[in-house]
Amino acid sequence: MAVLVIAEHDNASVKDATNKVVTAAKAMGGDVDVLVAGSNAGGAAAAAAKIDGVRKVLHADGATLAKQMAEPLEALIVPLAANYDAILFPASTTGKNAAPRVAAKLDVMQVSGVIGVEGPDTFVRPIYAGNAIITVQDSQPKKVLVVQPTAFKAAGNGGSASVEMTAAPAGPFKSAFVSEEMAKSDRPELTAAKRIVSGGRALGSSEEFHKVLEPLADKLGAAVGASRAAVDAGYAPNDYQVGQTGKVVAPELYVAIGISGAIQHLAGMKDSKVIVAINKDEDAPIFQVADYGLVADYKTAVPELMEELTKAGV
Amino acid sequence: MKVLVPVKRVLDYNLKVRVKPDGSGVDLSNLKMSINPFCEIAIEEAVRMKEGGGGHAKDSATEVVAVSIGPDQAQETLRNALAIGADRGILVKADGEVEPLAVAKILKAVIEAEKPDLVILGKQAIDDDNNATAQMLAALLNWPQATFASKIVLAGSKATVTREVDGGLQTLDVDLPAIISTDLRLNEPRYASLPNIMKAKKKPIDAKTPADYGVDITPRLKVTKTAEPGKRQAGIKVKTTAELVGKLKEAGVI
Ligand SMILES: Cc1cc2nc3c(=O)[nH]c(=O)nc-3n(C[C@H](O)[C@H](O)[C@H](O)COP(=O)(O)OP(=O)(O)OC[C@H]3O[C@@H](n4cnc5c(N)ncnc54)[C@H](O)[C@@H]3O)c2cc1C
Ligand SMILES: Cc1cc2nc3c(=O)[nH]c(=O)nc-3n(C[C@H](O)[C@H](O)[C@H](O)COP(=O)(O)OP(=O)(O)OC[C@H]3O[C@@H](n4cnc5c(N)ncnc54)[C@H](O)[C@@H]3O)c2cc1C
Repeated sequence: MAVLVIAEHDNASVKDATNKVVTAAKAMGGDVDVLVAGSNAGGAAAAAAKIDGVRKVLHADGATLAKQMAEPLEALIVPLAANYDAILFPASTTGKNAAPRVAAKLDVMQVSGVIGVEGPDTFVRPIYAGNAIITVQDSQPKKVLVVQPTAFKAAGNGGSASVEMTAAPAGPFKSAFVSEEMAKSDRPELTAAKRIVSGGRALGSSEEFHKVLEPLADKLGAAVGASRAAVDAGYAPNDYQVGQTGKVVAPELYVAIGISGAIQHLAGMKDSKVIVAINKDEDAPIFQVADYGLVADYKTAVPELMEELTKAGV
Repeated sequence: MKVLVPVKRVLDYNLKVRVKPDGSGVDLSNLKMSINPFCEIAIEEAVRMKEGGGGHAKDSATEVVAVSIGPDQAQETLRNALAIGADRGILVKADGEVEPLAVAKILKAVIEAEKPDLVILGKQAIDDDNNATAQMLAALLNWPQATFASKIVLAGSKATVTREVDGGLQTLDVDLPAIISTDLRLNEPRYASLPNIMKAKKKPIDAKTPADYGVDITPRLKVTKTAEPGKRQAGIKVKTTAELVGKLKEAGVI
């Protein structure tokens, strides 16, 4: 059996999600190769070659792959699929965008949101915002999986696989990149962060959201997240949304501030190791999943918490 | 321009599903079903293209057709779409499980018959959370795709679409015909007015079956077990921030 993992990367290096999907691939048994598709992505290919347990890295490099759009990825991956029994994508927006295209071209029904690998053809995934967990048996000769990286431990970086070049697709394609607006931040990335401070509608304005949450996040070395209500209201960028239809996170510490705990929000964070909730409503559903709940107004609780952290040497 | 919008009937988003005690599936009996929220956003956008609004010139769309694949009751979902402003509906009747690949194959056949210039779908259905149908459909048709859209600008034979991606926003141009899938912030769907709900009852709905389109809907995947998610252990309420910091230290997370 041979498995191809599609790397999540920014050309310079691979994201931690790649190491996690490699772990899922290894659990299926067989050889694991990694595809790095990008533009001037030598750095990422070299990084992928270091991931433990990787047999070889396929590196496709070209202008058509610069933005890893769905059409060129499909054109690249579908022919490569002939050499593999399974193709694994990370559940990033890039992976979710491309995987079904590849699956449909191969006439394969993909398994989305995989959180467990029980064997070469048995996978576990949540449905209904994580309120039910199904075990799926996939007997198709070829398999396409979209893997939830947060559910797997990252493979180490002690390997030395070979890197093999493969041609980038030429195009033309019917979609063209125009522009992008990426949030710049020195904080850790949400899906890879060990700690997250997340804010909800209670924060009331963009100004307040940043003023209250960022110092606390910086103190904890945490990423900043948000509920959908906070994003819809414009307090935080779309990229911050945690939940069923946003990002799924599983940090060691998740601090929910002024978030009620709707099922759609819980779906994105309830696998966090320790959950702290600060909410002035003692009946808020968030307290049902919180390890430590503090019934308080965030306006007084957050500054106090900052002080206490300082006292405790954090 | 003709716009086609597939809409799915799902468990209402306010409700929490129950797993059957024998692990054979989820129990949806007597639970309220509604139009998938992302599909509602898709219909709203298409109707704005027709009526004008949301940045679209009036008559950008000349006809909005809603399609649903599902049991008889999916008619209600179509009526819902018609009440928002779609012109007519197509119900492809299928009881039981229809996977996104089969849904995409049926939609491909509908599209070959209807010849729309644009197809807008929800980015994911909130029951199975697959986030797959739009992309599969685009691949089967060899059409370009713009998924997770938060803004759509139509310009002649192209659409410029802003997408919600990890890290921020990405804008792309797609040649029409194209597939677009909606994200939450594309628009805020209207509440259908009573007169429009009444009018929707008179709009035509065509009834079809997967066999009419020659599509085999036999599932490829077999669900062998449905389980409750692991429960978190009940936590505690702390009285002060000092106590909270103490607990976090004990837990080793700070
Ligand atoms: C299709 C669909 C998809 C969705 N996807 C997501 C998703 O991915 N992620 C997501 O988060 N949501 C999602 N939602 C929305 C979800 O249903 C909730 O509406 C949302 O999570 C609520 O956000 P909130 O908790 O910030 O706001 P609210 O529910 O309004 O809660 C605010 C909380 O703040 C507390 N509060 C107020 N003032 C203070 C104060 N001064 N100090 C302390 N506490 C205070 C209140 O007691 C309340 O509990 C989705 C909804 C739909 C329909
Ligand atoms: C009664 C019933 C029971 C089922 N039980 C199971 C089960 O236990 N396990 C299981 O894995 N699957 C089950 N399914 C199958 C499941 O509904 C399909 O996977 C589904 O049709 C497509 O997946 P999705 O909605 O997650 O697709 P997504 O790709 O998330 O949907 C995205 C978009 O595609 C469009 N779309 C999707 N489906 C339809 C449709 N039917 N009609 C029109 N547009 C559509 C909509 O615009 C939607 O917003 C069941 C289906 C039914 C009807």
